[in-house]
Amino acid sequence: MSELTLFLIRFAYLAILWIFVLSAISVIRTDMFGARMPSGATPPRAERRKASKTGKAAKAPARRRGSPTHVAVIEGANAGERADLAHGTILIGRGPDAQIRLDDDYVSTRHARIASAEDQWFVEDLGSTNGTYVGSARINQPTTLSLGSQVRIGKTVLELRK
Amino acid sequence: MSQKSAPPHSFLGFVHRRRRGAEMFLLVLALVVGIGAYAAVGLGVEGSVPADLVAYGGWLAVLIIACHVVVRWVAPYADPVLLPVVAALNGLGLAVIHRLDLAYEAAGRTQHEFARQQLIWMTLGVLLFIATLVVLRDHRVLQRFTYTTGLAAIALLLLPMLPGIGRTVNGARIWIHLGPFSFQPGEIAKVLLVIAFAGYLVLHRDALALAGRRVLFIDLPRGRDLGPILVMWLISLAILVFQRDLGSSLLFFGIFLTMLYIATERPGWLVVGGGLFFVGAFLGYQFFSHVQSRVNIWLDPMRYYYDSPGSGQIVESMFGMAWGGLLGRGFGNGSPQRIPYAESDFIIGAIGEELGLTAVMAVIVCYGLIVERGLRAALVCRDGFGKLIAAGLAFVLTLQVFVVVGGVTKLIPLTGLTTPFLSYGGSSLVANWVIIALLLRISDQARRPVPDLSGQGELGDDDSEATQVVKL
Repeated sequence: MSELTLFLIRFAYLAILWIFVLSAISVIRTDMFGARMPSGATPPRAERRKASKTGKAAKAPARRRGSPTHVAVIEGANAGERADLAHGTILIGRGPDAQIRLDDDYVSTRHARIASAEDQWFVEDLGSTNGTYVGSARINQPTTLSLGSQVRIGKTVLELRK
Repeated sequence: MSQKSAPPHSFLGFVHRRRRGAEMFLLVLALVVGIGAYAAVGLGVEGSVPADLVAYGGWLAVLIIACHVVVRWVAPYADPVLLPVVAALNGLGLAVIHRLDLAYEAAGRTQHEFARQQLIWMTLGVLLFIATLVVLRDHRVLQRFTYTTGLAAIALLLLPMLPGIGRTVNGARIWIHLGPFSFQPGEIAKVLLVIAFAGYLVLHRDALALAGRRVLFIDLPRGRDLGPILVMWLISLAILVFQRDLGSSLLFFGIFLTMLYIATERPGWLVVGGGLFFVGAFLGYQFFSHVQSRVNIWLDPMRYYYDSPGSGQIVESMFGMAWGGLLGRGFGNGSPQRIPYAESDFIIGAIGEELGLTAVMAVIVCYGLIVERGLRAALVCRDGFGKLIAAGLAFVLTLQVFVVVGGVTKLIPLTGLTTPFLSYGGSSLVANWVIIALLLRISDQARRPVPDLSGQGELGDDDSEATQVVKL
């Protein structure tokens, strides 16, 4: 086998190796942001179920009798404040973009959020410093909320109300 | 409430796609990398395409496709890059080991079955990978076995000390022999220890981070919080030092420290751990003769070239890498058989000689990708336990690659650890496939858009057009 052929084989192999590495990197690049969902659209998971029925289910759970309509602050400096659940996700924190702004030193800028999935409401801690409590238990994953269950954030207590 | 974890998807504005098509595309490329290397070895060494290329390539393809099908089936949202990168590294490793077999054969040594054995081990690794993914549908189940895994890890580490089955190979008593099989239980123990640490730390992270006294720069936690994990770790470390396996003790020390740091978010631990490492390294240098000789060889390898337990290995590997240069000598034109243990510890040296710096850099970027995907899974993951496991496993691979590649390239003193997926060694290969299965499982859980709420799923859809409730 001639010297040139061997050189070409070696060169081709190194090229293959780097083509593989670069394609892997490009897959990572396109993976960075996933599939964007237009607001109000259904998540891809819904396609497994009857897609025609979903409508705007992703935004806020359907309003029926007995389902909560707003979150109220019942204890703490901002007692009496409330936010409507009809607009979907509610961000709670000290930051300016929060729907419920709390003047509480123990609350993080973006502390927690309350959001809906299908028919239920969930509270999720957003990596806050002091944690979020449902009842007396600190949560470390999204936790379902029912009517009247109390969420404690810093010195503030919130409740889901009808 | 049976299903508690259901983060709403609308907040982030996007969901992760499945990307199984991208994974398949990358897997085909990975197969080309593996089989192409095997063909290039045949062409370079013997001047013709190896006769068993179809059988070999077919076997490799069956293994990889089986992995892909299982991932599609049980982990559809898993990370698309991890499996192809691992497949490519494993394929490249097999080809280089095959090349070394041929070189040893040409040099007149008898044993030249490494590649075949490695392929058997890879098959076993893939089977365990599939079993892990199929059996373990939710990584949080592992949290129930925190102490069981910790005990199992210690038991596995103790196994080589048993008189009947333990063997001393190259001065380290870390092997067990069962009939025709030999195995390093420490490789499995490291995976179990990561799970045990994660399970313990996720429960006690608050107590570890907040309760305790402040000494110098760090908050020392209370003894009862740190005690169990410290005991677990000290036992494993003592066993390893007793078995004279310093590479693994360094690895366990690093895992412990990093996971403690990730769990408590206290950078002080890194300062303390770094200090402890230097104290340990100094004591090791004082009391262990082989640590001394390793450091001396690292400082001046050429001086010990002709000594009997000297620096021949690292010097030959440096000769090889220098000769290989940027593009390498090409398969068949180098002489990697001059490096003792080129198929295990020094496989990076063999790659550097025959494929050059270009390929070594590609290999290191591949490791970087694996670690990045592992840490990404840890970031995206929603529960603390999964975060800790993913970060811990990613760090296991990081430290292993750093210690081995650093040692071979004379950046740090040489310590015996295997190069993940590349080097010859069944226990390490099998354990690393299980690590990848765990990472895929965690990333699948993390990237799945809405956790299954089947049961309540149908309720909300029917009346989305229902009457408006008067807002109070």
